[in-house]
Amino acid sequence: MEQAIEILFTASFWVAAIRIASPLIFATMGELICERAGVLNLGIEGIMTVGAFAGWFTVYSGGDLWTGVIVAALAGAAFGLLHGFLTVPLGLSQHVVGIGITLLATSLTYFVYRLVLPEVTSPPKIDPFQPWPIPGLSKIPVIGEALFAQTPLTYLAFLTVAVVAWALYRTPAGLALRAAGENPSAVEAQGISVTGVRMAAVMVGSALMAVGGAFLTMSAFNSFFFEMINGRGWICIALVVFGSWRPGKALIGAILFAAFDAYQIRLQQISGGIVPYQVFLMMPYILSILALVLVARRATYPKALMIPYQKGER
Amino acid sequence: MRLEPKPAPSITVLLLYPVAAILVTLVIVSLLVLAAGASPLSVFGLVAKGAAGSQFALLETLTRATPLIFTGLAVAVAFRAKLWNIGAEAQLYIGAVVTVVLGTGALPLPAGLLIPIIAIAAMAGGALLLLGPALLKTRFGVDEVVTTLLLNFIVLLFVSLLLEGPLKDPMGLGWPQSPKVIAEAQLLRIIQGRRLHFGFIIAIVSAIVVWIIMKRTALGYEMRAVGHNPEASRFAGIPVNKVLMKTALMSGGLAALAGFSEVSGLKGNLTLDLSPGFGYSGIVVAMLAMLNPLGVVVTAIFVAGVFVGADAMSRSAGVPSYIADVMVATALLTMVTAMMFTRYRVRWR
Amino acid sequence: MTVLRLTNITKRFGPLVANDAISLELASGETVALLGENGAGKTTLMNILFGHYVADEGTVEAFGNTLPPGDPRAALNAGIGMVHQHFTLADNMTVLENITLGTEPLWSPRSGRRSAGARIRQLSSDFGLAVEPSAQVASLSVGERQRVEILKALYREAKILILDEPTAVLTPAETDALFKTLKMLVAKGLSIIFISHKLAEVMAVSDRVLVLRGGKLAGERRTAETNRAELAALMVGQELKAPEVKPSRAGEPAMILDRVSTKGTGFRLENLSLTLRAGEITGLAGVSGNGQSVLAALIAGTETPASGEITIRDRRVAEWSPRAALTNGVGRIPEDRHAVGSIGDMSVTENVIAERYRTDRFSRMGFLNWTAARSFAEEIIRDYDVKCPSPDARIRLLSGGNMQKLILGRALDSEPAIILANQPTRGLDVGAVAYVHGRLLAARERGAAILLISEDLDEIQTLSDRIIVMSKGRLSEPSMRGERTVAQLGELMAGHGLEAA
Repeated sequence: MEQAIEILFTASFWVAAIRIASPLIFATMGELICERAGVLNLGIEGIMTVGAFAGWFTVYSGGDLWTGVIVAALAGAAFGLLHGFLTVPLGLSQHVVGIGITLLATSLTYFVYRLVLPEVTSPPKIDPFQPWPIPGLSKIPVIGEALFAQTPLTYLAFLTVAVVAWALYRTPAGLALRAAGENPSAVEAQGISVTGVRMAAVMVGSALMAVGGAFLTMSAFNSFFFEMINGRGWICIALVVFGSWRPGKALIGAILFAAFDAYQIRLQQISGGIVPYQVFLMMPYILSILALVLVARRATYPKALMIPYQKGER
Repeated sequence: MRLEPKPAPSITVLLLYPVAAILVTLVIVSLLVLAAGASPLSVFGLVAKGAAGSQFALLETLTRATPLIFTGLAVAVAFRAKLWNIGAEAQLYIGAVVTVVLGTGALPLPAGLLIPIIAIAAMAGGALLLLGPALLKTRFGVDEVVTTLLLNFIVLLFVSLLLEGPLKDPMGLGWPQSPKVIAEAQLLRIIQGRRLHFGFIIAIVSAIVVWIIMKRTALGYEMRAVGHNPEASRFAGIPVNKVLMKTALMSGGLAALAGFSEVSGLKGNLTLDLSPGFGYSGIVVAMLAMLNPLGVVVTAIFVAGVFVGADAMSRSAGVPSYIADVMVATALLTMVTAMMFTRYRVRWR
Repeated sequence: MTVLRLTNITKRFGPLVANDAISLELASGETVALLGENGAGKTTLMNILFGHYVADEGTVEAFGNTLPPGDPRAALNAGIGMVHQHFTLADNMTVLENITLGTEPLWSPRSGRRSAGARIRQLSSDFGLAVEPSAQVASLSVGERQRVEILKALYREAKILILDEPTAVLTPAETDALFKTLKMLVAKGLSIIFISHKLAEVMAVSDRVLVLRGGKLAGERRTAETNRAELAALMVGQELKAPEVKPSRAGEPAMILDRVSTKGTGFRLENLSLTLRAGEITGLAGVSGNGQSVLAALIAGTETPASGEITIRDRRVAEWSPRAALTNGVGRIPEDRHAVGSIGDMSVTENVIAERYRTDRFSRMGFLNWTAARSFAEEIIRDYDVKCPSPDARIRLLSGGNMQKLILGRALDSEPAIILANQPTRGLDVGAVAYVHGRLLAARERGAAILLISEDLDEIQTLSDRIIVMSKGRLSEPSMRGERTVAQLGELMAGHGLEAA
């Protein structure tokens, strides 16, 4: 029992928690942007897969890490464009299109992977991002290592939250985006194209999701393998609800969740096999469902979420 | 750009757009095949041959179609009521678990009794599993998409736990697999020496029953009404929540039958790889059939053919078999677009 | 000086010609009224002007420059502002956010909130449109929201202001305030187009009237040189005849709400009592947002009382639901025929049996009898003069008037003892309005107890045997036909003089 509590005070636990949180932060911010504009993006799981592969493959083919991140983002934006085109101007069901995009993105990724690496038995490795400790700050016990001795992509994740929050609440574009998710006819009546705003939101959001996926292959691990996203995308959808569609709260949700995930891994190690390991692995998913139930009653949805906008219809 | 509703389309138009969707899909797939360095025509030929080019191939396709008919029906029923059941995969596995629990000797009954009991118990298992997310939706307003999706992961881990524990085959050389079901619990093969089993017949019958329910019963009408407009349905006195519950029970039960059918008729036991994504493919099967239960039989056979044929093609032509998954996903998106065009016209001004 | 010129505007939606070669001119400082019944094409014309739609033929010129079609931004930049009939405001955002939306370049990295707030307050006081910039729109009354809509236009320095049916949702007092505001705007140099179907207002406010009928320009008059009768004739092509109302023969109470309170998510009613008597039309006057929706939901069965009793024909009702309401003889005509009254993608037949599909006539042992359903649909279509391609057509394709007649048929066919008519003629053309009124009066004749909820005071006064005003969830004492004047009703609508329950 003491061991169980001790874990919470080790630096390695918090380092792991922040590291596990990083892809979730990117993807949650991405989904948040889409949903704030009124579009549910269920392609998140597939887009993260695409990002994971695209980023990794760029580096494997000789590019540098940051180029890989950019390629991942562009790949994500491309799928975002497809999703946006089908759901916004064509007004198709966001549920069905999202699932379709996940299926398409995932299968395309696996197809291309098998095409370019036909005979590999174990996934080839790349040199991933190395930690960039921030001088001084990283020497603080526990917190210093956790927050200031991470890889550059983790710092980028936190920076993204700040940028998204500021853009959403302090810029005219953010205002337009929020309004598109609340009442699209208000946006149209002020001379802004709802289609333009929503499609831009979905593309930017999808780019962020892809970077989240790329984190896994370029920072957390160093190779791409099938099923590596493993439901993180769906968990991020729950995190957006849990965070009430606000960047700050969603960040806290992501960190809490990641901490729990890091905790259950360590708990598994010290429990010595009494409890089957599957039970521990189930915990993140069960926790996500619980989080949704907890917040559901009080959730203030963006009013126009999932409702396609038809110009001129009042 | 805006969309203008069209009056009811003629049958020709209703078929024209889906055909166009399939053509667009084939074009896109051809591009990928070219990128893989193979000839599209020869690849399509090999796929077609692998799917239906011989009696063996055709029967394999129908065998592969059996679970897809069940999951396709499950999704079609749910989606009609706008209940987004993405958890058919989990419901399938629960059906398989129940089949193994009851069918490996626990119930010493003759086949005539045992098989129906197991089938009904399997359906109950799947139904109850989906009831959870459905209740969360109606009582707490929790979106069922995420809950059913997350359940897929939870249930798969649960099955893994069972297969390494209580359901482990003592004679399985340590592999995580269940014992085989007894002979009385097995669905017979339709043709000696081939893999096509009576699960296929059950699937066809299920499709007909579901079709009758959707078209001719009050419940089917209620499900469609609730799917189109829950508020108006509620106003008219339709018990929306009860209808959603019944939909969940029906949908979960159908998906579970897929698991029952695969264990009892094909594999004989339960392993972690029992389903290569039948639950997700069921979504495509249902959408391609425009949620029509009889159409599901056709599209399930089509999708099964694509997968079976692609496996065969991949062995000889070297194009990764994932091309089948790409084709199916592309078909889903093109089909959904085509469906919209049968009801709306695009006006650029 | 001509500030606005529309030339030969034509717009078609499929086979329907919404606007047929309409030309219109607006001079500086003028107030022009665009008059016509529902469906005449007024809103379509203004949507083309503002850029929501693109005309098939014709041009729009503002201040001498031709506007690019389908471009609301160009219209806004040219000085055209529009106060839409259904407010284009985001409820969960503040007044300031709604007003400044789209006024700064989207690429700009910062938002000038402070200066915007100051400017809004300035405009507020200049034009007498009191509103707090930091308030959430959701917390504002309907009248306040309209002020925000007007401020949106003024903030963007509109020189031409279009108002689409602005008084539909206002009390008489608020309407007067609006007209004062319009005069002030004109004094400060704006020109105004005012869409309405209400003759009294058009006569009171405009300099010139353009009458639209069936998509065409039926006539143009200087307001000072015309009268209500002439305008009415132009509007509908014939003299408007008030329906003949036989004297009231109010009978026994058919439905009694006794100190009912609700606890739903919206407005909460407290200790509300209401009696509906057989053979009598009770008119409920009041602007929306005062609890009418909850009261309507209560009677329709979609809302259940948290406390208090519902009694129908001397029997206290224990379980309340839409099903219970129907079984107890309540016929309901909902406020929103598209969202609540019909299921757009289902056929006419499927819609018509929505309340009755479980009865023996239409189902046996769980199986539906589609033949019986279809013949029922054909009956309703015939008896209620519904124009539709076939009983199997999707109901979405019907026009508003025909859809409403179908809903009317569905509700009235079983000759219910109690009828809830919630905004039954909203958005309907004069012919359909007359039809609905005729049917309601006929139901009254055969002894139905009718609750008529309407924002249209004229309709209330014409049809009701007694009138109750609803304000802030409270009901006034009833007054008999003709007892109270419009001004008195207006006072009650504003909340003055309502008895505390």
